[in-house]
Amino acid sequence: MQTQSTTQSNTPSTSQTNDTSTVVSMQDCSISFGGIHAVDHASLDLHKGEVVALLGHNGAGKSTFIKLLSGAYKRDSGTIHIRGEEASINNPRDAKAYGIETIYQTLALADNVDTAANLYLGRELRTAWGTLDDVAMEARAREVMGRLNPRFERFKEPVKALSGGQRQSVAIARAILFNAQILIMDEPTAALGPQETAQVGELIKQLKADGISIFLISHDIEDVFDLADRVAVMKNGQMVGTAPVNAVTRDEVLGMIILGKCPPGATPGPGAVQS
Amino acid sequence: MSNSSSTASPEGARASEASALARFVRATEVDTRMLGMLGALLLIWVVFHLVSDSRFLTPRNLWNLSVQTSSVAIMSTGMVLIIVTRHIDLSVGSILGFVAMVMGVTQTALLPDMLGSDSAAIWVLTLAIGIVIGAFIGGIHGYVIAYLNVPAFIVTLGGLLIWRGAAWWVTSGQTVAPMNQTFRLMGGGPYGAIGAYWSWVVGAIACIGIIALNVMGRRNRKRFNFPLRPLWAELTLVVVGCLAVLGAVNVANSYPWPKGIVKRYAASNNIDVPDGGLFIAHGIAIPVLIAIGVGIIMTFIATRTRFGRYVFAMGGNPEAAELAGINTRWVTMKIFILMGALCAIAGAISTARLNASTNAQGTLDELLVIAAAVIGGTSLGGGIGTIVGAMIGAVVMQSLQSGMVLLGVDAPFQNVVVGIVLVVAVWLDGLYRRRSV
Ligand SMILES: Nc1ncnc2c1ncn2[C@@H]1O[C@H](COP(=O)(O)OP(=O)(O)OP(=O)(O)O)[C@@H](O)[C@H]1O
Ligand SMILES: [Mg+2]
Repeated sequence: MQTQSTTQSNTPSTSQTNDTSTVVSMQDCSISFGGIHAVDHASLDLHKGEVVALLGHNGAGKSTFIKLLSGAYKRDSGTIHIRGEEASINNPRDAKAYGIETIYQTLALADNVDTAANLYLGRELRTAWGTLDDVAMEARAREVMGRLNPRFERFKEPVKALSGGQRQSVAIARAILFNAQILIMDEPTAALGPQETAQVGELIKQLKADGISIFLISHDIEDVFDLADRVAVMKNGQMVGTAPVNAVTRDEVLGMIILGKCPPGATPGPGAVQS
Repeated sequence: MSNSSSTASPEGARASEASALARFVRATEVDTRMLGMLGALLLIWVVFHLVSDSRFLTPRNLWNLSVQTSSVAIMSTGMVLIIVTRHIDLSVGSILGFVAMVMGVTQTALLPDMLGSDSAAIWVLTLAIGIVIGAFIGGIHGYVIAYLNVPAFIVTLGGLLIWRGAAWWVTSGQTVAPMNQTFRLMGGGPYGAIGAYWSWVVGAIACIGIIALNVMGRRNRKRFNFPLRPLWAELTLVVVGCLAVLGAVNVANSYPWPKGIVKRYAASNNIDVPDGGLFIAHGIAIPVLIAIGVGIIMTFIATRTRFGRYVFAMGGNPEAAELAGINTRWVTMKIFILMGALCAIAGAISTARLNASTNAQGTLDELLVIAAAVIGGTSLGGGIGTIVGAMIGAVVMQSLQSGMVLLGVDAPFQNVVVGIVLVVAVWLDGLYRRRSV
């Protein structure tokens, strides 16, 4: 039933907003693993201070798609523009240099070192002698973790010893520690309790108000409608379509996720099923 | 009533004893694993001493033990970093052999022609050339492992054969001897030790270091409102540490020069030897000082630098380290470069001690080095290990070996024992870790 053709619309998806505010523009990005087209000619834009929620069934290719931007994977084809300029992102270091910070679904923490060491991994603070400034790092770690998870006290222990939610808090803290311009959050609240989830919601709103652009991957449709400006739906590696949250209903979004059906309020992508 | 109380009281005493130990461990924050290893070492020493008619715990034997341990201990510090990042290096013995051969030829054939055979620069240049070559070989291994993605096990297994063969090729298998006089000091012996006076100086400096570290640590904790150790625990640690250092110095200073050397020395310095003979102490051996220096530097690298932090993070989760933006390939290559350089230093010590470079030098050292690191608490699963632990592990391995030599155990049987000890130690370590996590 699926067709490759782009249907009605030939207008670029960025038409709704003015181009100078486009922070990230991913065009026609593809990557396959062996025979699997994990991401298949997917395009998506992100504007300044915007939260775009990326939705889709399990295995739709959401994580893989954002990993092309975070530098974890190297795309097979497609282009990425950051703030209007073509970006070459070949590894995580390149992405960080563009101000892109990522909270991975797997958290990507080094289990055997403590919270502060994880927060500053790869960007350690150093003393005048060039040695690690553990004291300063721990002080900052306490500050940032205090914002996310005030009850957190186990700073001296390897993160292996922390609970799933505490580990997730560490991963979030790491992403917001370095003045990111572009934040990628892959199911950041999957392991969090209700209070901590609410706190992350507040954090996202605050970051957005500070002008930070966010890709948010989530399975929680309520959260998405609460936090996001736009939704983008993927199915089988393809982009079904994007839509401003106020132009679609929850049921229509579910239809996009499950059936790949694009409602009138949405801009269809190559993965949309023709009606 | 009375019956029950009489059976209860010894148990109660035992319980309070156990909790006293637990309290002591908690208050001093010493690593129980390290404590266990020191206990095992002490046990090995005492058993050998009793079995060998009190020949083990003598200044002479302990002094020799310290010198023999140096080369393996130095290499084990690098092996810790390699195993922590989930790699292995099977080639260290062969790298040592090859570099030792090159250093032998350099100081006996090449440099004397250029500088004259008495030049004081010979030993420095020889050592420098050795370290550069060792680092280069390690760099080749590291490059193939990190950038060409060949498993370290295979690369260094290849290296084991390649460098052993290359060592033979340098002189077509001929032994090179004797070595430069100054270079030989690195290997110990009566002249390769710093004497009683300087040994006490080193001991005093070490004690001051121990006190300073504790005071500084305490001040830091106070400044940031971290929980402090009780004062008695702090004092106990300092006193035990200083006593251990001074005790070791005392042992080194109780081992006198042999009579023949004393006579020659006295004759050349116009000293009258009294009737009872002249007591000239060895003091701490130079190779031991080198090993301690390497241990301190490597501990600093592992715990206080970015490089060390990356090594441990990569061991804990290689993917996370990569995603955090660490250039994991370059870090891996640097680890192997460091390992190669350490092999060269170990090779210099062993060449100086033997007063020769031989074709078989360093054979099977890889196993001793890996065993030292693993017995010293380096986890083969990656991410865990300490430099100090590995160095104590090296002392354990060497103690077993020299103890058996002292008892006249046949060489093949020595290998059997070392092999069994290694397996048992890893098994016990696994038990300990599973219980404590
Ligand atoms: N490293 C990899 N090697 C092989 N296949 C992969 C790899 N990473 C992802 N895939 C495949 O790509 C597809 C998309 O996976 P991805 O993780 O992007 O899904 P997702 O949308 O994030 O799903 P979820 O909601 O479960 O997190 C899946 O079919 C997956 O099996
Ligand atoms: Mg995913």
